[in-house]
Amino acid sequence: MIDTPTVDWLALSPTIALLAAAGVALLSALLAGWMRKSVAGIAALLGFVGAAVCAGVVFDESSTPEVLLEGTMVRDQLAALAQLVLGVTGAVVVLASWSERRRENHAEYYALLATAGAGMVFFVGADNLMTLFLGLEWFSLCLYILVAIDSERETSLEAGLKYLIVGGFGSSVLLFGSALVYGATSELSFPAIAAADASNDAFLYAGLAMILAGLAFKVSAAPFHMWTPDVYQGSPTSITGFMAAATKTAAFVVTLRVLVTAFPAQEDLWTVTVAVLAAISLVWGNLGALAQRDLKRILAYSSISHAGFMLMAIAAFSDRGAEALLYYLIPYSAMSVGAFAVVAARERELNAPVTLDSLAGMGWERPYYGVALWIFMLGMAGFPLTGGMFGKLFVFSAAYDAGDWWLVLLGVAATAVSLGYYLNVVRWLYMRSGAELRLAPAGGSPPRDPALGIAISASVVVTVGSFFVVQPILDVASDAAGSLPF
Amino acid sequence: MWTTALLLLPLAGALVVAILPLPRESTAGLAFLVALGEVALWIAAAGRFDFDDGGLQLGTTREWVESLGISYSVGFYGFSLWLAGATVIVFAAAIGYGMWVGRDRSRAYHALMLFLLGAVVATFAAQDLLLFYVSFEAMLIPLYVLVGVWGGERRQAATVTFVIYTMAGSLLMLASVVAFGVTQGTFSLTESGTSDNVWIFLGFAIAFAVKAPLFPFHGWLPLAYREAPVEVAAVLSAIVSKTAIYGFLRIGIPKFPEPADDLSGLILVLACAGLVYGSLLAFRAPDLRGVIAYSSMAQMSLITIGVFAFDDLGLDGAVLQSVAHAFVSASMFLLVGMVERRCGTSDIDALGGMARGRPSLATVVLVAGMIALAVPGSATFAGEFLIMAGAYQQGWGYSVVVALGIVLAAMYTLRVISAILHVKPGRAVRDEALDLRPGELALVLPLLLLLLGLSVWPALVSESAFAASTLAELLP
Repeated sequence: MIDTPTVDWLALSPTIALLAAAGVALLSALLAGWMRKSVAGIAALLGFVGAAVCAGVVFDESSTPEVLLEGTMVRDQLAALAQLVLGVTGAVVVLASWSERRRENHAEYYALLATAGAGMVFFVGADNLMTLFLGLEWFSLCLYILVAIDSERETSLEAGLKYLIVGGFGSSVLLFGSALVYGATSELSFPAIAAADASNDAFLYAGLAMILAGLAFKVSAAPFHMWTPDVYQGSPTSITGFMAAATKTAAFVVTLRVLVTAFPAQEDLWTVTVAVLAAISLVWGNLGALAQRDLKRILAYSSISHAGFMLMAIAAFSDRGAEALLYYLIPYSAMSVGAFAVVAARERELNAPVTLDSLAGMGWERPYYGVALWIFMLGMAGFPLTGGMFGKLFVFSAAYDAGDWWLVLLGVAATAVSLGYYLNVVRWLYMRSGAELRLAPAGGSPPRDPALGIAISASVVVTVGSFFVVQPILDVASDAAGSLPF
Repeated sequence: MWTTALLLLPLAGALVVAILPLPRESTAGLAFLVALGEVALWIAAAGRFDFDDGGLQLGTTREWVESLGISYSVGFYGFSLWLAGATVIVFAAAIGYGMWVGRDRSRAYHALMLFLLGAVVATFAAQDLLLFYVSFEAMLIPLYVLVGVWGGERRQAATVTFVIYTMAGSLLMLASVVAFGVTQGTFSLTESGTSDNVWIFLGFAIAFAVKAPLFPFHGWLPLAYREAPVEVAAVLSAIVSKTAIYGFLRIGIPKFPEPADDLSGLILVLACAGLVYGSLLAFRAPDLRGVIAYSSMAQMSLITIGVFAFDDLGLDGAVLQSVAHAFVSASMFLLVGMVERRCGTSDIDALGGMARGRPSLATVVLVAGMIALAVPGSATFAGEFLIMAGAYQQGWGYSVVVALGIVLAAMYTLRVISAILHVKPGRAVRDEALDLRPGELALVLPLLLLLLGLSVWPALVSESAFAASTLAELLP
């Protein structure tokens, strides 16, 4: 008889739900052509919703963190909150991809999407360098294929290749860093690394730096962002939305967890590094976005600058900072998915990449999508009546509290610059006439797409709702932040 | 409850107007009804307001973000109630004007105007720093689109400069809001203490100086006032600029007594410079909109002098002048709009001689002009006199500049009157250009009647703006 570890099935239920959905979606490839898409899509949708529901239950049941599976995973409210956000984001992405024009690959697409979701949901619960790497590769491999899944488009293949090479490099840096940390401490699990007294070991410092760099690739913080604009532009638009929202959420939560639980003793070192990364991301992301014409590239650079804001919260190294990060992720995910969903709608209507020019007059011709994109842009710029404003406010408060007043000033300046491109989008939507461009088929209305409409409505509701219902979200965020040892 | 109702009515109206698929006229009519309802609501609220009691009244407080000490907290003091009163009346006239000229894309236009009304009233009612920031910033969302979509030929340049200036100011204010709120542990204006940090004060002061605008932060003003639709320009100069005065009165001075006192010399000198410079520019401007735009800058400088006189005369004068200037500026802008509709231009060279055969226009322009140039006995004269008397306490030099400003105001206002009404008929003035229609008179006359009423009884505002205890609370 072999001793088997006791398994906490509830803690793993979000992952299992998504894996089951992926299996069903994959099997649908065997069905008749007309059934494939609906079966695969509904399976993935149910998987993500199920994962979100399970995560909600786990959140409710885990007021104290609990170590699982021989110290490889942890069940706590931080992971559960991240899983909840990931589940909802994934469900919205499934809705947004429903009417994607795709001749084949429906089953593979939804199966990979659900598997990527399962990987992320697993990743945020990692409590050990091994599971950390496992989770990272798990969802990254799925994403490499998803990025390149529209194999008839050259840009999609190019994006897939770029993402594979740069992402593979990032993963190997992370792996090498993990090896160094293991060498210095002989420990794999995060709390044990913190407990091992190796604070003056150069290997530990090098390992920490490389782990941080590997994670920075995933959150697309400058200067590890080079893949972001090209990959965001080339991927199928719904997948871009998924990467912008879900990958970032997972990677940020894990970054926070690794730094706070495994390296609290090196705090003076990494807070400065993270603050510098934040500053570079803010500067580079915002200046880069100003020069872009393609909407997906603008949003890619904007996601780099948002990474800067969220890193500010991590650099604060306080429960207030963690709360700010977790709050920020919620409206940010909604705005990203929503904005890319509107881009997808325009893309499907015009059958061409969406540049600023192709937004001309859209605000008047497609009032619903126009208002939604307007709200997302204002939200990303941090205007009131959207959760984006409170996100910025909490991040700034946390940074100011931690004494990083220079980062606050930089963040304010970056916000000012960001208006240049966010309001430019609004200008094209409403203040340019689309008549002379003759982009849209004259007099026609866009193809009916209720699933996309629901996806965008859900994003709008979260974006605006998180402005009015701040305290409940903050309570949840503060519970989740409470699972970390500050 | 009353204050909340004042906020919610226009916001709910905006939503309804935006969503209901009514034809253009009905949409505009519905929006105008909401604006009139807002006036009625304000009158009812003012009836319940006790002007002798200096505290916060008609207020509501609800927790919003407990952990940071942010609350939804609104209410009025005497002075802010008067500013809100001017707001609702000017907006009713402006929305009425939009209905009269039949702006296209009616649903979007009227929804944005009502949203702007709600945001401005919220700014005047805010008793929480974050709520103030939210409403201050929310004003920009509709203004950006209103100028950018319905404006004149160079509207895009106008919106870009306007947004860059105001957002630079607002974001500095955001940094100050964060710094002040975090150090105080609460964002509530009624509960927080004072701060002696000059940098935090400067963040607020610059935001207000841009909004007013005060010299040298007025770069956005000429383009925005010239290119905005005329009723939006009226709202900008009459009402939106006054949010800066409210900011100084409610936040700048009470929360930062020491920095405000230390920097009052600098602010007074800049305001004096703005008063003279704005008046001279108004005198030299080649078009009617330019004259009124720069005169508005001069008047805002004058009001700022009253605020930073730091005594009850100056403050009373500042509030009286704010209300009077709101009506003057709104009626002047609307009149310019009416002239532009008839002549297609507001170039002074191309206008003239419109008095002949157009008795209503002549009378209305003359009355509005006379009040604008502060003839003795008018409400503006009372306001300027109070400000001059208040400024005297800070140094006689300031009073001299204020007096100079009054003389210059007479010069540029007389230039406007004669440019429209007198001299030879200009090339843009055709005989077919009609006198004011009853609909137009119905929009301007109430504003003029209110001004005449205030002229008869300026103490209505100036005596009730600050109860003694309010002064003690706001000026520690």
